[in-house]
Amino acid sequence: MSAPKVIELPPESRGTSLAPPGAPDRVIPRRQKTLRQSIRKDWQLYSLAVLPLVFFVVFRYLPMAGNIIAFRRYHPGGSIFGDQWVGLRYVRLFLSDSTFWHVFTNTLILGGATLLFTFPLPIVLALLLNEVRTRFLRRFVQSISYLPHFLSIVVVAGIIVESVSVDGVVNQAVKAIGHSPIPFIQQPEWFRPIYVSSEVWQTIGWGTILYLAALTTIDGNLYEAARIDGASRWRQTWHVTLPGIRPTMMTLLILNIGTFLAIGFEKVLLLYNPLTYPTADVLSTYVYRVGILTGSFSYAAAIGLFESIIGLVLVISANFVSRRAVGTSLW
Amino acid sequence: MVTVDLRRRVGATTRRPNQGSRAFNAVNAVILTGVVVATLYPFINILARSFSEEHAIRSGQVNLIPKGFNLTTYRTVLTDGTFWTNYGRTVEYTVIGTIISLVLTTCYAYVTSKKQLRGRGLLIGIAVFTLFFNGGIIPNYVLVSHLHMRDTLWAIVLPNAISVFNLLVMKAFFETLPTELEEAAEVDGMGTYGILLRIVLPLSKAIIATMVLFYAVAYWNSWFSAFLYMDRQDMFPVTVYLRNLIYGATSGTNEDASTDTALQIAANIKAVTVVLTVLPILVVYPFIQRYFVTGILLGAVKE
Repeated sequence: MSAPKVIELPPESRGTSLAPPGAPDRVIPRRQKTLRQSIRKDWQLYSLAVLPLVFFVVFRYLPMAGNIIAFRRYHPGGSIFGDQWVGLRYVRLFLSDSTFWHVFTNTLILGGATLLFTFPLPIVLALLLNEVRTRFLRRFVQSISYLPHFLSIVVVAGIIVESVSVDGVVNQAVKAIGHSPIPFIQQPEWFRPIYVSSEVWQTIGWGTILYLAALTTIDGNLYEAARIDGASRWRQTWHVTLPGIRPTMMTLLILNIGTFLAIGFEKVLLLYNPLTYPTADVLSTYVYRVGILTGSFSYAAAIGLFESIIGLVLVISANFVSRRAVGTSLW
Repeated sequence: MVTVDLRRRVGATTRRPNQGSRAFNAVNAVILTGVVVATLYPFINILARSFSEEHAIRSGQVNLIPKGFNLTTYRTVLTDGTFWTNYGRTVEYTVIGTIISLVLTTCYAYVTSKKQLRGRGLLIGIAVFTLFFNGGIIPNYVLVSHLHMRDTLWAIVLPNAISVFNLLVMKAFFETLPTELEEAAEVDGMGTYGILLRIVLPLSKAIIATMVLFYAVAYWNSWFSAFLYMDRQDMFPVTVYLRNLIYGATSGTNEDASTDTALQIAANIKAVTVVLTVLPILVVYPFIQRYFVTGILLGAVKE
């Protein structure tokens, strides 16, 4: 069987309609066709995939390959794959860079704190919404709480900056309890609370959607049986509701863990400033500054590659552990 | 497969309210009211601020109601040529980006929804792998610069033309369509293109509307590609205009403005620009929210 790597159209099939010869194969799916037959029969379908494949190759896989500049010297204007091997030079360089370790720690802390709040809180809100008897009220709360999800991150940053400004609402409350106004946005110790709480504000409502959907699939008879056994509302939640949404919880947890290191790049970039670098600077913003602002592309690519690989390893491990422990996995 | 109906209630049938239950309901009501208030509070505050007078803002008196009604900043922003140019760019990027994304996503989703197609698994794998591993910002930046796409529309549209999540949503939808119609059309001698255009797409209006909204909102809200790849101010979308205000890179005022005017503008130009940027989204929000929810749920269905 000849196996051309590129999907090309056999000339004889051009312009002909999909006629009987191929049709019987469709009824008997088990029988494997040869590649040539498949292409002749389905070339129109394959042709639809060409442009999207060009997109994936150029804008997704080429940049992955472009990470090779982490091991090669690159100069702007030269080849995008760099021009000379330098081995692990840049890797060794960042491993001995104290700023790298500092932003790495910051990333772990900020990512950990974000996960700690933004993962469980939507579950709690979904459970609370599920207990609301009045349909209108529940839908009203849902509609309002989804709203921040639709805003541009720039708008969110604008709202945060205005709210915590010296004359903003937060400082009005601070003054009301007899304290002098705090310039929150310039103080490193406030960056994490501001970041995490605004993250909760933005995601808590939208995060309930999948849980609410999962809750509707729980068999009502289970609640009936639990009630007959004398289970209280709390025990019903614990023994029926939570196990019912466990697959959803695990799936979202795995996904969250996978994006752990890439956490909130755009938002940090919008909210941080040199004064708050000590707590706010994370891997992705450091890569951005080192690579794009100061032009050390290879060095920044080495750190970026490190970040991507850890992300991949995290999601694979989380998936593995979850499949072993509770039988839920992404693939 | 998960059947989705947010309206169906579970276990609400015959619970007899007892004291504990009533206490819980009260606490629950308080918490949910708190969520609603906490969500809306910052919006209303920004709105109040945008209409307030400088002195009231600076002394921290503006909370939920405008103090010393003032429209100077609105007038200034709305007569600022750059603001409108950038707003126009946002519309341009959103319209063209949405069209390109929609066409590419539809094609690939349709192909990968064909269960009998040889190589289908590979095509899906190529797309899904990019969800978990990506090149990162530096190689992307190098690539886009190398392709001479800086300061063009393509820098914003092409690198993010297909969202794999949207692709999976659309693929899941196509898989639910009955195959009989397509098979009948095929027997009648209709080609794949004809089937897609004349049979499948007319049946898919709901998912197409969902995709248009997903992409349009994403393009409308996006700022980073433009921030990264645009050097010319007249190419910025309005989000970058707002970003530059927040970061203090621009003041939004003319040099020749009087001191009072300049102070007023400095006091609430961020609030005014936030309001003007977010307005279109708020106006369409009640109508689009439903599509987003069903879209998200469709995408969450594992095959």
